[in-house]
Amino acid sequence: MPSISREEVAHLAHLARLDLAPDELDHLAGQLDQILGAVAQVTEVAADDIPPTSHALPLTNVFRADEPRPCLTPESVLAAAPAAEDGRFRVPQILGEEQ
Amino acid sequence: MSGLTRRTAAELATAVKAGDVSAVEVTQAHLDRIAEVDGSAEAGVHAFLHVDTDGALAAAAAVDARRAAGEELGPLAGVPLALKDVITTADMPTTAGSRILEGWRPPYDATVTRRLRDAGIVILGKTNLDEFAMGSSTENSAFGVTRNPWDLTRIPGGSGGGSAASLAAYEAPLAIGTDTGGSIRQPAAVTGTVGVKPTYGGVSRYGLIACASSLDQAGPCARTVLDAALLHTVIAGHDPLDSTSIAQPVPDVVAAAKRGAEGDLTGLRVGVVKELGGEGYQAGVEARFNDAVALLSKLGAEVVEVSCPHFTYGLAAYYLILPSEVSSNLARFDAMRYGLRVGDDGSRGAEEVMSLTRGQGFGAEAKRRIMLGTYALSSGYYDAYYGQAQKVRTLIARDFDAAFAQVDVLVSPTTPTTAFPIGEKVDDPLAMYMNDLCTIPSNLAGNASASFPAGLADEDGLPVGLHVMAPVLADDRLYLVGAAVESAYAAQWGGTLLEQAPALEGIGQ
Repeated sequence: MPSISREEVAHLAHLARLDLAPDELDHLAGQLDQILGAVAQVTEVAADDIPPTSHALPLTNVFRADEPRPCLTPESVLAAAPAAEDGRFRVPQILGEEQ
Repeated sequence: MSGLTRRTAAELATAVKAGDVSAVEVTQAHLDRIAEVDGSAEAGVHAFLHVDTDGALAAAAAVDARRAAGEELGPLAGVPLALKDVITTADMPTTAGSRILEGWRPPYDATVTRRLRDAGIVILGKTNLDEFAMGSSTENSAFGVTRNPWDLTRIPGGSGGGSAASLAAYEAPLAIGTDTGGSIRQPAAVTGTVGVKPTYGGVSRYGLIACASSLDQAGPCARTVLDAALLHTVIAGHDPLDSTSIAQPVPDVVAAAKRGAEGDLTGLRVGVVKELGGEGYQAGVEARFNDAVALLSKLGAEVVEVSCPHFTYGLAAYYLILPSEVSSNLARFDAMRYGLRVGDDGSRGAEEVMSLTRGQGFGAEAKRRIMLGTYALSSGYYDAYYGQAQKVRTLIARDFDAAFAQVDVLVSPTTPTTAFPIGEKVDDPLAMYMNDLCTIPSNLAGNASASFPAGLADEDGLPVGLHVMAPVLADDRLYLVGAAVESAYAAQWGGTLLEQAPALEGIGQ
């Protein structure tokens, strides 16, 4: 397990869209390093020929009949939105000036 | 404290049905108890994040009206319940213990919520939890810690510390928990209550705010095994709204609890898991566990030692699989459709608002797990860590299969230690993660497991849990064993373990 640098932690935070303060980055770098060192224990298990399990139940796709049924009203959904306008979610600018 | 709050859910339902007491009186007695002991983030038990006084009294009055109209009431009608605040309720806020959802009112009820209401169960309010059900102490709640009714300076377990503490403080006779790595069972163990994690897919996850979708399972919490079984029956069963819900009949857990209470386990084969004990386990926990194993023999069970060699790797596999799913599930908290939004002042774009909101809205543990998951799923590490963890998951399920070919149930302590002091492990994630050592394998394999009171540790006088594991869809075996142990201990102790807990009178006022 390579030790994880502060720069890598900053990169991960960016990927995860987490704005972290500098002291948080330092603190997390140490903790992540420690946790990753511990979970690396899984690599000790000889499991080359073992199939992975992603889920506890052996389920494949579950289908239902394609029939219309009631759904949530726009009003009830938008009531919980941070901002709404004209019956829609209002969001901050998503495209840069140059786009 | 009113005598009503000391009664079991089964007794209360019978009394309401017979007209000996009204559902409104029962509900009021519990609301009074909450007012007496629950307090706030600063003092008291602080099991509840929200108490719905008016809604609870209205639901109780509706039960009384139905009875007056001659309607047949269900087996738990009129009984109050504390609902973990990670399950959606259309008429109450649902926070998941997070700032990012503070004040959020879901537009819909979870299937569990709907089933509770349909059964005439009175929802008193929403209970505290570690943020997004991630933790073993309830210290990761954004709204303050819950305190253990046995000792208010100690943790009540987690993530469902609020639900377990509400039972132990006699604020509610029933509660709902959710269990991703032990969040029903570990709080039950450290508060001297009963907690059951049903088979994965046994209870619908629709409306359960996701932590790790392949591991999360809602289940019943109570003070007695029969009460847990009655609640299990209300919430379990197939739900077309959850594609991972099992389309098979619910095992007859109530009959199993009643049979178990007769105290005869002749013919039952019990396996003691060799790997779940020894170094790192508190002496008093091991002593009570050994007593419980001796009791099982005395009740007629055939006890053998069983080896599950890959359980040793359960914690490591779990802390790769869980954060990977968490990092994906918590991506939905993007400040756009619900919850907190920070920095939307017209000068910032959506991505920046998203990052600011998540940075301020999530607590330390949520951030750690999101980061861990992001790392484990990133290219270059995926095969070595996440992929390998999934293979270990297969090996753990195979260990269970091999064990259940020899025995009917497996047993271990629920958690390696009793309740620890608040603050002791809050910034030591690895030490905190060790709490779930015994409970995690059942989440990875999806089988049913439960914790039952097993006495008090000699060194600190705090509750110890007996962990019982059963195969997939054999949830009834948990209740059989739990009820047998419960009735034998009740005879030995002269009552339930909780009767030895402090009375807490007036501490929340």
